Amino acid sequence: MRGIRKTFGPTIALGRVDLEVLPGEVHALVGENGAGKSTLMKVLSGAHAPDGGEMEFDGSPYQPRNPLDARARGVGMIYQELSIAPHLTVEENIVLGMEPMKGPLVDRKAMRARALEALAHFDHPDIRPEVLAGTLSVSAQQLVEIGRSLAMGCKLLVFDEPTSSLSQKDIERLFLLIDRLKSQGISIIYISHFLEEVNRLASRLTVLRDGSVVGTREVATTAPEEIVAMMVGRDVEDLYPRTARQAGEILLEIRKLAGKTKPADASLTLRRGEVVGIAGVVGSGRTEFLRTLFGLDPVKSGEVRIGTHQSPSSPRQRWKQGIGMLSENRKEEGLALNLSIADNITLPCLDRFGRGGTVSPARQMNRSALWIEKLGIKCQGPAQPIGALSGGNQQKAAFARLLEYDVDVLLLDEPTRGIDIAAKARIYEAINEAVTDPSRPRAVIIISSYLPELFGVCDRIAVMSQGKLTRAVPVADLTPQDVMLVATGKAQDLPQPAIRS
Amino acid sequence: MRLKSLLALLGPFIALLVVYALFGVRNPAMFTEDVLLNILTQTVIVGTAAIGMTLIIISGGIDLSVGSMIALCGVVGATLVTKEISPPVVFLATVGFGGLCGLLNGGLSTKLKLMPFIVTLGTMQVFRGAGKVATNGTPVNLPFDVTAYKPWMGGAGIPWGVWLMVVLAILFTLILRYTRFGRHVFAVGSNEQTATLCGVNVTRTKLLVYVIGGALAGLAAVMNMAKSSQGDPTTAMGWELDIIAAVVIGGASLSGGVGTVLGTIIGALLMTTIRTGCVLNGIPTPWTEIITGTIIVVAVIIDRLRNRKA
Repeated sequence: MRGIRKTFGPTIALGRVDLEVLPGEVHALVGENGAGKSTLMKVLSGAHAPDGGEMEFDGSPYQPRNPLDARARGVGMIYQELSIAPHLTVEENIVLGMEPMKGPLVDRKAMRARALEALAHFDHPDIRPEVLAGTLSVSAQQLVEIGRSLAMGCKLLVFDEPTSSLSQKDIERLFLLIDRLKSQGISIIYISHFLEEVNRLASRLTVLRDGSVVGTREVATTAPEEIVAMMVGRDVEDLYPRTARQAGEILLEIRKLAGKTKPADASLTLRRGEVVGIAGVVGSGRTEFLRTLFGLDPVKSGEVRIGTHQSPSSPRQRWKQGIGMLSENRKEEGLALNLSIADNITLPCLDRFGRGGTVSPARQMNRSALWIEKLGIKCQGPAQPIGALSGGNQQKAAFARLLEYDVDVLLLDEPTRGIDIAAKARIYEAINEAVTDPSRPRAVIIISSYLPELFGVCDRIAVMSQGKLTRAVPVADLTPQDVMLVATGKAQDLPQPAIRS
Repeated sequence: MRLKSLLALLGPFIALLVVYALFGVRNPAMFTEDVLLNILTQTVIVGTAAIGMTLIIISGGIDLSVGSMIALCGVVGATLVTKEISPPVVFLATVGFGGLCGLLNGGLSTKLKLMPFIVTLGTMQVFRGAGKVATNGTPVNLPFDVTAYKPWMGGAGIPWGVWLMVVLAILFTLILRYTRFGRHVFAVGSNEQTATLCGVNVTRTKLLVYVIGGALAGLAAVMNMAKSSQGDPTTAMGWELDIIAAVVIGGASLSGGVGTVLGTIIGALLMTTIRTGCVLNGIPTPWTEIITGTIIVVAVIIDRLRNRKA
């Protein structure tokens, strides 16, 4: 790809981008959200036509008219959000859009043969050609999608943040598959926020920022700090700010809380001024724990004590008791995408914006403008629909909702998933500010799949494994290794803190 | 936001003017006071019920039973009139009965978590059947000496019903924009899960929306009864589609979270104008149907294009 340009109205999404991928190479594409990675890949896959520049594929000029055309030429995309038709079978999904025909009818025999050939790459017991795709796990669905590209004989596969919805085990399996594809001479463009993944997989990486290429480097000889600096355009000195913290009185006491299936008898005590992290693999019951606590999922047994309140509650009452929750699923649960930023920030506390059931939009706007300024939310103004913002800015607004309500306890479920590094830094900063506020320190429970984040942000960490929650142990007494052992079920409990004399 | 929502209204409004002018050029009778009044009166019944439907659709729901509801409420109202009950009581009772019908729809779809489409598809038949059972299928005629209902839909000057619709349209525009309930309706329709997460009482909001929808259908029934001087269990057949169409032409999204009352009223006016214009220009009914249908689809296409640009 040479000199690719793409503009949307006055916005320049890509300004003369060059990218070169060698045969059998895993080439990582990194950059913050909005840097132009997705746009560049949409040009490559034929979803957008470039305004300028030229592309060459496999030695000949390449101008895909649409994604199907691109796939026919040998360029396949694996999107972040799965594009599987859940009601079709695996084999129907694999040949979708390229069904082998026998006269006017679909040649089901050829379809089966082609599907089996593609599936031979994976050797996954659940993925059989006749199974309905919707019944498969997320990771298996992703494999079906990869199979779709392989069935077409693609020579270049683009993975757009493929691990964002996978568990640790599935991620490792995906990496092995990518290694195998590479050895078969298939080129791969791998888009990711995670430098660990890039290190593991890629031989070279290209950094994009603000629609242009900052540089291409060999992964083996480039320090992570340099890559981050290239992405952000400045040095990131300390991603996890941490000022002196002082644990105060008990805010929240959870005793043997059990949900329908998960969690099972989870206990945790949270004090003012501390951040407690919950580690664990996806599906271990971390999210269910927070949801049960917040009243979104039914409580089977156990006790939650907040100040003087002591009973299972609805989310509505939880807010009133001073607890707010940030959902892990921004698009489906966290935000009402076609409502304004102001509406999204102020939704839990509309009663403060007018008397007797009325609401003053002007006051909503004013308050929201304050948070937009404070958290650096990039937008046209508080009235802009929140769906138009980038993921990081959406997340900042979702976080602002808790700050606007001014809760004592912030429940954060994967608060930095899928957002760019600058937005992450701002959210870490906001968490630190919340728990060290000199007038009224808040308390935070944070769930994360990313251990460096937990170790960077938290004071104590507990681990959830198959619905069971361990004690919360001070981070100083822990290593990531300890946490991983419990999370993956290889150890029963975190180690006892060393007894100091 | 205000500018943008005005722009969103501009499309249907221009369409309304253009259609009105086009018919008027071919037949200047369109511009006479009589025809104008006729268009307004014709719009009132559908328009009033459509205000309620706007709320329902913004909240992400749908009500297919509204036509049957109007018929059933009309039967109830007319029966009360024949029992010589005073007009204010008849008004309140009919509106209240509509509210109850709405409560049934809302209750079934929220408490039992059923799809409103299916629930109201069922109650559509139930309400229709109930009206026929109650009257043995024959209309309940208002006694000739009862004149209290006449000015609502006829008589000299602009009928009271038109003013009532205008007042309701303004009232609900304000409610949607400036009350907590109104903002909750949008939040529930835009993303129910977010609303739950934020502590919005989703069930209560939806129930209230359906009750209001039913009550406004009851009000439409009173006006329909005033206009035809009877409570006919077979009236308002298929009106639910006109009502939904008015809401959609007015810019609401059937997936919820978007819509304005003013747009709905314009949508209702547009449909009446087309019908009246076709009659005055001697265009046969089948063609009227084709034109109306085309306008609905075009309205949705324009809306889609506009949203893509935004």
